[in-house]
Amino acid sequence: MEKRRINIKDFLIDNNTYVIFLILFIACALLSSTFLEPVNLINICLQQSGPILVALGMLFVILTGGIDLSVGAVTALSSCCAYVLMRDYEQGLGVAFIVAILVGLAMGFLNGVLVAYGKMQGFVTTLATLSIGNGAALIVSQGAPVRNSNIAAVGAMASKDYGYPIVIGCVIIVVIMAIIQKYTSYGRIVIACGSNKTAVQLAGINVRRYVCSCYMVSGLLASIAGMFIASRTQTAASTLGKGGELDAIAACVIGGASLAGGKGNVIKTVIGALIIALISNIMNLKGVPAYPQEIVKGCIIIAAVLLQIATDRAESAV
Amino acid sequence: MGGQYRLEMENITKHFGGVKALTDVSLRIEPGEIHALIGENGAGKSTLMKVLSGAYQRDSGQIFIDGKEVKITNPKESKDLGVAIIYQEFMLAPDLTVAENIFIDKLSAGKGVINWKKLRADARTQLEKLGFGDINPNAKCGSLSVAYQQVVEICKCLTRDAKILVFDEPTAVLTFSEIEKLFEVINKLREQGVSIIYISHRLEEIFKLSQHITVLKDGTYVDTVETAGFDKQRLVNLMVGREMTDMFPKRNAKIGETVLKVEDLYAGKMVQGVSFEVKAGEVLGFNGLVGAGRTETMRAVFGADKRESGKVYYFGKEVNWKSPRAAIREKFGLLPEDRKKQGLLLEQSIRMNTTLACLNKITKYGWINHSLEKKFVKEILASIQTKYGNTEDNANSLSGGNQQKIALAKWIAADCKCVVFDEPTRGVDVGAKTEIYKVINTLAENGMAVIMISSEMPEIIGMCDRAVIMRNGKVSGEVRKDELSENIMIQMAMGV
Repeated sequence: MEKRRINIKDFLIDNNTYVIFLILFIACALLSSTFLEPVNLINICLQQSGPILVALGMLFVILTGGIDLSVGAVTALSSCCAYVLMRDYEQGLGVAFIVAILVGLAMGFLNGVLVAYGKMQGFVTTLATLSIGNGAALIVSQGAPVRNSNIAAVGAMASKDYGYPIVIGCVIIVVIMAIIQKYTSYGRIVIACGSNKTAVQLAGINVRRYVCSCYMVSGLLASIAGMFIASRTQTAASTLGKGGELDAIAACVIGGASLAGGKGNVIKTVIGALIIALISNIMNLKGVPAYPQEIVKGCIIIAAVLLQIATDRAESAV
Repeated sequence: MGGQYRLEMENITKHFGGVKALTDVSLRIEPGEIHALIGENGAGKSTLMKVLSGAYQRDSGQIFIDGKEVKITNPKESKDLGVAIIYQEFMLAPDLTVAENIFIDKLSAGKGVINWKKLRADARTQLEKLGFGDINPNAKCGSLSVAYQQVVEICKCLTRDAKILVFDEPTAVLTFSEIEKLFEVINKLREQGVSIIYISHRLEEIFKLSQHITVLKDGTYVDTVETAGFDKQRLVNLMVGREMTDMFPKRNAKIGETVLKVEDLYAGKMVQGVSFEVKAGEVLGFNGLVGAGRTETMRAVFGADKRESGKVYYFGKEVNWKSPRAAIREKFGLLPEDRKKQGLLLEQSIRMNTTLACLNKITKYGWINHSLEKKFVKEILASIQTKYGNTEDNANSLSGGNQQKIALAKWIAADCKCVVFDEPTRGVDVGAKTEIYKVINTLAENGMAVIMISSEMPEIIGMCDRAVIMRNGKVSGEVRKDELSENIMIQMAMGV
């Protein structure tokens, strides 16, 4: 109880994700004069409202010690289903949204059951459902983008006139997830499961049910993300969210999550996603061509994670 | 030091933190003899062998092989000196063939191309030397019986020109006829001049095989005797016979009604018809050798393992707990043997560990009341005198004894009326042991029924009102406190 003095080094180590973000943000502002303009910042928020949700779903799976590679496919499949319903069956946005969510939950349930009850490895399971989801999205969309420009409601989701509903939606969901993690027994048990499944089982908790539910959370958030991302162009496609699983995993890890489970934080994961977004954004602003961008992004992710590990070691050595 | 010994280990001392595992232990093995190493669980046999194999570094002492002093600082050096250890768990790759396994460390030594024909022929020669020409060098190791796998393991060691072969409880996994065959192999090896260190709890085997016996106790050397002309009773006396210290605090518990009653429980191979009962305020000991089925019995009662038949009564009511969840709901807890692997969330906070089994007490509609939780955790930890910095510190920041208290606090927090302590003081230093005994006493005084599984006999004698001794999945005896002695327990545990 005596160590109440704030040590700068400890503070930096505890908050290294925020520090990295801050440094990057300042660097971006110095590198490009357009970076700080409201249009650009709002654009980043709009762009990230989907990927942040995917990353949060991924975080809950990673907390249990698993991984969900199918999130990108779920994003595509659920949005394609919703847009086909709106275009071909003249359903409203509400119904379509609910169907998208149900599709996401169903994919998550499939993953969860196979991992928790079928004792399959998360990596293999979700690799398979990634393929299934991609195939299903191609069938539903018939391999072409599903455009929906005549439904004003879809466009309104990302529009300024309504105060950018998807950004607000994203913030609300982030807050809810942060509260779940910190203040509910559910959040507590999810972290416990990732730390030591045997001990949690022996403490009388149904570990499998919690593991399964985390994959469902991931599917749910991926489907909402799909609706958010599609709303920006009022178009769904089987390619939507492709590769999103990698950005999501990177966001979690940059945010200090451990792929072994039991460690990770909602807000830091959001910052992790934003760090990745800043990197892309500044390169676009500086006119770096698209292909080398990928390489630079990869390198910066490696650097961020190495820094994360290095400071983590310092922490455990104290 | 003369050259008459193959191996001399002189005054070996080894500490783990503050715990003395070995103090001035000596062992001398002649060429071509079978030397038995015996002692209770925790006497230091395995530690001594790990020092020999290079897995542990000795703090002081000398090792001589063939009269020459050697430094063993890692497993490879030990191997190069001709020391090989056959562990209970074989180091075989189940998907590789017998020939590949035998020559596994030579596979990479060649020019990168393997002469399979020669490899198989060499393997066959090696197997025939031991009298096991019937093992097919092309068979996958995983498909062989346990006894044959052991033979392959022995062959593997012999191809490295092992001069000193250590067998650690080799017969624990074998059937009677397989044991006979193993003995033939061991005798053959001895005739070929290999020195053999044979660790076993089975006194009959030791008398049948060995020429000398070295006895260890509590990490110290007791005596080395010639097997011929010695008898079991004298050996048992050497193994026990230690004075009781005041490690065990007094307890003033009133023994009440029967809390748990188990009748004729069967669960897998390790639990073959176990019956016992424990009363409120009573501490019931469970002793026996490792692998006698004590842990398995308790896991079956707790619902962590499936049970096949038998009845369990809890407060007079018949129960059939299918999962730990069901058992905990009725206030029955189990403190597992391996607290790091099964008992604690090491990387999580003390607070989280303490309330893991009783989240419903501090939550309302799924919401955790953090301030209530902190208060609750502090009260419980204070009630068992746990030393910790902050409830937010990780569990692995604590000492072994205090970690154990955190694991235990979980069951106190969940209001358990009966708790099984599986080896509660393992890996805990002496001072902390007494602390844990005090906690157990407090719990019993408050009316809890305590079952304490322990391999340490002084602990059973010092702490328990009654002890059940198990052997090979069965209860081999039950002894009241006033009749408890190490002598009786060893006899029951080993079936002398």
